[in-house]
Amino acid sequence: MAETIYKPEYQVLTGNEAVTLGALAAGMNFFAGYPITPATEIAELASELLPKNGGKYMQMEDELASMAAVIGASFAGSKAMTATSGPGCSLMQENLSYGMLAEVPCVLIDVMRQGPCQGVATMPAQGDIMQSRWGTHGDHPIIVTAPSSVGELYMETVRAFNMAEKYRTPVMVLSDAAMAHMSEKIRIPAEDELHIINRKKPDVTKDRNYKPYEADATDIPPMATFGDGYRWFVSGIIHDETGFPATADHAKIAAKLTRIERKIDSNIKEIELYEEYRTSDAEIIIVSIGITARVAKGAIDRARKEGVKVGLFRPVTLWPFPEEALQKLAASAKKIITAEMNDGQLSRIVKELDGTDGKIEKVTRNDGALMTAEMIYERIREVK
Amino acid sequence: MEQHVFDRLMRDDKLPHMWCRGCGNGIVLQSIIRAIDRTGIDQDKVVIVSGVGCSSRANNYTDFCGLHTTHGRPIAYATGIKMANPELQVIVVTGDGDSTSIGGNHFIHAARRNIDLTVVVFNNSNYGMTGGQYSPTTPVGAVTKTSVYGNIEPAFDVCRLAEGSGATYVARSTTYHVQSLIRYIANGIRNKGLSVIDAMCDCPTLFGRINGLGGGAKMIAAWPEKTVSIEEAEALTEDELEEKVIIGEFVNSSRRSEYTEKYAKIIEEAQRERTDLK
Repeated sequence: MAETIYKPEYQVLTGNEAVTLGALAAGMNFFAGYPITPATEIAELASELLPKNGGKYMQMEDELASMAAVIGASFAGSKAMTATSGPGCSLMQENLSYGMLAEVPCVLIDVMRQGPCQGVATMPAQGDIMQSRWGTHGDHPIIVTAPSSVGELYMETVRAFNMAEKYRTPVMVLSDAAMAHMSEKIRIPAEDELHIINRKKPDVTKDRNYKPYEADATDIPPMATFGDGYRWFVSGIIHDETGFPATADHAKIAAKLTRIERKIDSNIKEIELYEEYRTSDAEIIIVSIGITARVAKGAIDRARKEGVKVGLFRPVTLWPFPEEALQKLAASAKKIITAEMNDGQLSRIVKELDGTDGKIEKVTRNDGALMTAEMIYERIREVK
Repeated sequence: MEQHVFDRLMRDDKLPHMWCRGCGNGIVLQSIIRAIDRTGIDQDKVVIVSGVGCSSRANNYTDFCGLHTTHGRPIAYATGIKMANPELQVIVVTGDGDSTSIGGNHFIHAARRNIDLTVVVFNNSNYGMTGGQYSPTTPVGAVTKTSVYGNIEPAFDVCRLAEGSGATYVARSTTYHVQSLIRYIANGIRNKGLSVIDAMCDCPTLFGRINGLGGGAKMIAAWPEKTVSIEEAEALTEDELEEKVIIGEFVNSSRRSEYTEKYAKIIEEAQRERTDLK
């Protein structure tokens, strides 16, 4: 079992192992979860490695409790994470929305499997693109990142913790059943390469003056820790800067909700990450995430050999979606092909963007098998 | 002059409270405040966690760290807080619906783990916040907004549920028996493990009126007649007990070790075995 966390070296890891090791490197010291295929190995490794590093692992009674315990631990100062798959992620939405409103740094890993319902537990899919954004009731921002390799799972898990701490918000990472269990050689970065971020703490005298939701120009309020001397209160009811319910004042309700949207929106350039592959002269743009995007590169290389000007746009941060970059490519593209393992969720996002009207074609697969390069290649041939 | 316990431990700027006239929640809240005062625990190390419902507003008025969470989940949030920092004294204020219906799973599993939380159930036999529907502790036959023909569901006995699940301190008192209520909550705070105090309280507006039980004062005054002690109960037949509420300390056991202490030993052991992490 891989025990090395900081030593810069190459290791062969599965996606699930990379997530746990990345989380530990980012400073995770609390994990609460509930067993679910195909995410379970993240919990298993966390249960072994956390106590070795002085951290804590808890197996909760269900996913509702897992997300709740993660948020509770974060209020008590922990860097906390949970990991699940689609069905568990559905159960976590309730307390995830608490984390959004109460602005709680924490990380949720969703190892996507074929759905809906029990679907096919052991087979990969990309069906949680919309759940990750709109699974809760009400409106709120969220950061969701969708890595496409074992190495990127490691780095994006680190970045998820950093963004959670920096922006005081839950962050989701989407993996899938294929990446979870496939092994790849990855480079484990040295500790000083990771630039670990810790949440901003309040800097006021220890009296009642600390207001847990009073933000400066950054829109990100400093966060105290339960037990460190401030006596502060947090409610899942819409609250004002004091943390107490403010339901009688429409202006305060609006102020709270617009600030939490703004604190993410105004930092999009720092949050968003995307990859472009052979796009400089591309007339056809493939838009794809995660493991499907890797397959797409094979299809693109093959089509390129035949002179087809095709390239790939791969959002790494799925939410907020890197709209501007794709719109720039869309403006000069003749066709856009969305390639994904669901019935067309990514396609709906792209459809909303400027410059994509009438250009969108789809290639989808939702039968539990991986998308093949052949499928994408055939689609390129059909639309060119 | 010494500050009054309410001035010291409550947020006077949040009063008056939002509960109805005659509501028993205030008596339970003041019992919690007095119990905390009696145990002498550090005000800065107390976290009061609540769910959703009338009783879950109680920590709005207390001057400790407070977390007002989602419906049914306060015990799960409290578990994360306690596990992350076992030095904190974590108290859960919850209702009968919050803790035994939507949050029933968290209730029994926290008791099974015997994690050091003090759970005070404000048990008013109905869902007050939503207008008075029957809950898992509504007596059979009682009329509520959703049992207009009389409730046919047998009630949970919160104490037996806690005891059966493994809680190491379990007691029940009422808004009439305030001195024992304070003592039980204090004992629960002192107990190193999962403590449940079933605080029987009154909802005159929604439960009392519709069942002809009178206003708040009359409902409180009825408790001596309605209750029997654990010792008295032993001499009664099941039929005689049917209409009675048993009060007293059901469990007070230090024979089971506490969860975070056991986990601390896991950490110690894992670190002893740990190979070089470089």
